[in-house]
Amino acid sequence: MAVMTTRVVEVRKNVLNKNDELAREMRKTFESAGVFVLNLVSSPGTGKTMLLEKTLAELRRRGSRVAALVGDLETDNDAKRLAQSGAPVRQIKTDGRCHLEATMIRSHLEGWALDELDFLFVENVGNLVCPAGYDLGEAVRVALLSVTEGEDKPLKYPTMFNSADAAVITKMDLAEACEYDRETALRNIREIRPSIEIIELSAKLGSGMDAWLSFLEDKRKRAGLR
Amino acid sequence: MHELSVVHGIIETVRESLEAAQGKKVIATYLRVGALSGVVKDALLFSFDLATQDTPLEGSSLVVEELPIVIFCKECDRTVELPGVQTFRCPVCQTPSADIRQGKELEIRSIEIEV
Repeated sequence: MAVMTTRVVEVRKNVLNKNDELAREMRKTFESAGVFVLNLVSSPGTGKTMLLEKTLAELRRRGSRVAALVGDLETDNDAKRLAQSGAPVRQIKTDGRCHLEATMIRSHLEGWALDELDFLFVENVGNLVCPAGYDLGEAVRVALLSVTEGEDKPLKYPTMFNSADAAVITKMDLAEACEYDRETALRNIREIRPSIEIIELSAKLGSGMDAWLSFLEDKRKRAGLR
Repeated sequence: MHELSVVHGIIETVRESLEAAQGKKVIATYLRVGALSGVVKDALLFSFDLATQDTPLEGSSLVVEELPIVIFCKECDRTVELPGVQTFRCPVCQTPSADIRQGKELEIRSIEIEV
């Protein structure tokens, strides 16, 4: 009878290394093209699309060249909504997958002249779990939290909030009706991601939008993009 | 829940390593999973058994080493382990820290193969 010989082989590879490598490559491409890329993550219903609608329109009015990719499991409803801003928009249908991956971003950018853009927004699939592990080559990851969701959401989804570079509190116009506890919400975010920048706004009424737009323009400038 | 796509990533990498080592089949895969990796051990194990059917990993085991979060505390001037994922403060001096040194791993450390 043959004796089974076994051995242990060192691998030391990140499971998502193919995504990570592609994302790193894309980050370089974005930087040299001068396009500032943002990855917007949140639960479903936080108001990513609403915020983007207003952001695309406002940035265009202020003279920036903007575009957006929007991820959903099904339908191109969000892309249609965003396209009304006049900005180039493409829908990424994930066919049931719960997150966007770098390869989906790359394939949906085909034909777009990146060096003719100042900002590219990626609206991720509404999900506070899975998108956390997937680098899309973005310069900044923004986690959104609405006042209707509960102040302890950052504690329930620490991986996502910890991975974010900035946080936006949305639907501030509903704060009073929802008995939103501002101090607790901000404390919880900072407990998970110390010293993170937090912007509070109502895309619907426009309050806080100036701070958000300045944040975007400032971040882009600081990234050294022309 | 994206453990199934994570498992597909594991299978792909393990297959490549098996071929490179000219092994016959896989006996075990040793995985390091950080507390901030976003994947759940039980869901990984469940997906692994399903997804490895009809692959060189079929019947092999997935050995998961769970890693706690380690931050660097400027105040204490050293790395410290966190007891959980609910706060990113040094457990010794309570200073918040965003300097994470361990906890995001989702890494295949090694494989045991039959040669």
